[in-house]
Amino acid sequence: MNRMQQSVDSTQAIAESDAVAVERTLAGDRDAYRVLVERHSHNVFRLAYRMTSNRHDAEEVVQEAFLRGYQKLGQFAARSNFGTWVYRIAANYAIDRMRQRQKEESRRQVPRAEESDGMENDPLNRVQDTAPTPERLTQSIELRKQMELALAALSEAERTAFVMRHWEGCGIEEIAAVLKSSSNATKNTVFRAVQKLRQALQPFVETKTQARAMGTES
Amino acid sequence: MKHLKEEELIAYREGVAEQRAVISEHLAGCEECRGELERIDAVLAALDTLPVPDPGGDYGRHVWQQIAPRLPEKAGQWWQVWMEPPRLAAAGGILALILVAFVAGRISKRGNAPDNIANQGQVRERVLVVAVGEHLGHSERMLVELSNAAPNNPKQKEVNISAQQRRAEDLLEDNRLYRQTALQEGDAGLASVLDELERVLLDVAHSSGEVTPAQLEAIQKKIEGRGILFKVRVVNKELQQREEATRPAPAQKESAKRERNKA
Repeated sequence: MNRMQQSVDSTQAIAESDAVAVERTLAGDRDAYRVLVERHSHNVFRLAYRMTSNRHDAEEVVQEAFLRGYQKLGQFAARSNFGTWVYRIAANYAIDRMRQRQKEESRRQVPRAEESDGMENDPLNRVQDTAPTPERLTQSIELRKQMELALAALSEAERTAFVMRHWEGCGIEEIAAVLKSSSNATKNTVFRAVQKLRQALQPFVETKTQARAMGTES
Repeated sequence: MKHLKEEELIAYREGVAEQRAVISEHLAGCEECRGELERIDAVLAALDTLPVPDPGGDYGRHVWQQIAPRLPEKAGQWWQVWMEPPRLAAAGGILALILVAFVAGRISKRGNAPDNIANQGQVRERVLVVAVGEHLGHSERMLVELSNAAPNNPKQKEVNISAQQRRAEDLLEDNRLYRQTALQEGDAGLASVLDELERVLLDVAHSSGEVTPAQLEAIQKKIEGRGILFKVRVVNKELQQREEATRPAPAQKESAKRERNKA
């Protein structure tokens, strides 16, 4: 059996086991929901963090997603995939949280002093890059900051579409359901997001062609 | 040769292009479009290097511990969202607020609409101020206890902070509700301090019930470093002043009113 077949089988096994856990939860077995929480928490956290760029908010999103999931479990269609379903709930709540953050930030009108995501401990933060070569720049905190700024500059819909499509590999229909939009409009949102990121980051990013031309490609 | 549009290249790169085979064929024969795709690839590859923190191996268990006490008895009953204690308290608060505003509206003079609106606003603010004041008081006491905690003797290997940890868990949910309410009320300053407090509460709630003296010291340093105790005290003082300022003047007795009318 090849690796791809094994992976498909294991995904199917998880989905089937998820379906059993959902049924048991609905029948009144609360511990069955624990299995679902423990199985999907990491993935939901990753999505939430990528959407909010903030560990504290991401943890709140994860907890709220599973709470809402439990409360709405009666609406969950048995043939659906629980992982995808809870993802959608998390993405919706993350959008609300991002909106709230934006309001908060605009009221405060000063940049956040710190985000406790380990950034303050990042040794790269303390490096004074006096002569940034293109190679160093791609690895430097300067690029990281630019990327965070570029992501923060996206609208909630653009960021959601980009995170769900590019990083999480979600289908367009699934993203469209979260954005309450059509498939074509969602594709356009993905395009706009990548276009904006490209415009913001292209000057900082070295392409393979440039590297080849400069003889710096590894 | 007609080159591919940026939109088509991005759709191709992100796997949402409709005419994938046509684009692939074009790319095979067009160096310019390949170069353009490489530039898009480079940006996306750089974005892929953005790290996501590892929440830890037992993160799923931790999430379950956090949400289990808040889960309703039976799954799938959406109305039970309002039955969990913090939300029930919030719902009760909102109901009380509506009731107070309604009663205030009924007993106040008619034809004095701007005053009524101002009074209702004051009542709402007063309810929030009193509730948040109490919450900050509880948080302050817990943080002071934690700051003063120490091993009983130098040989003690672990200090029990489970009581403070449980209280931090309880306070966390209230804190979220108050922060959200403060935001909705447009009180950015209060929301900001509650946000900072939430981070500290989260740290404490996430810590183990039994910690080593070194771990305890790290928690205490975090509390001290953020200056949260000082901020909580300052805001609590401010809230007390606000509460006094919004406290309604004592109602005049009917007899006094009659005397004044006679005069």
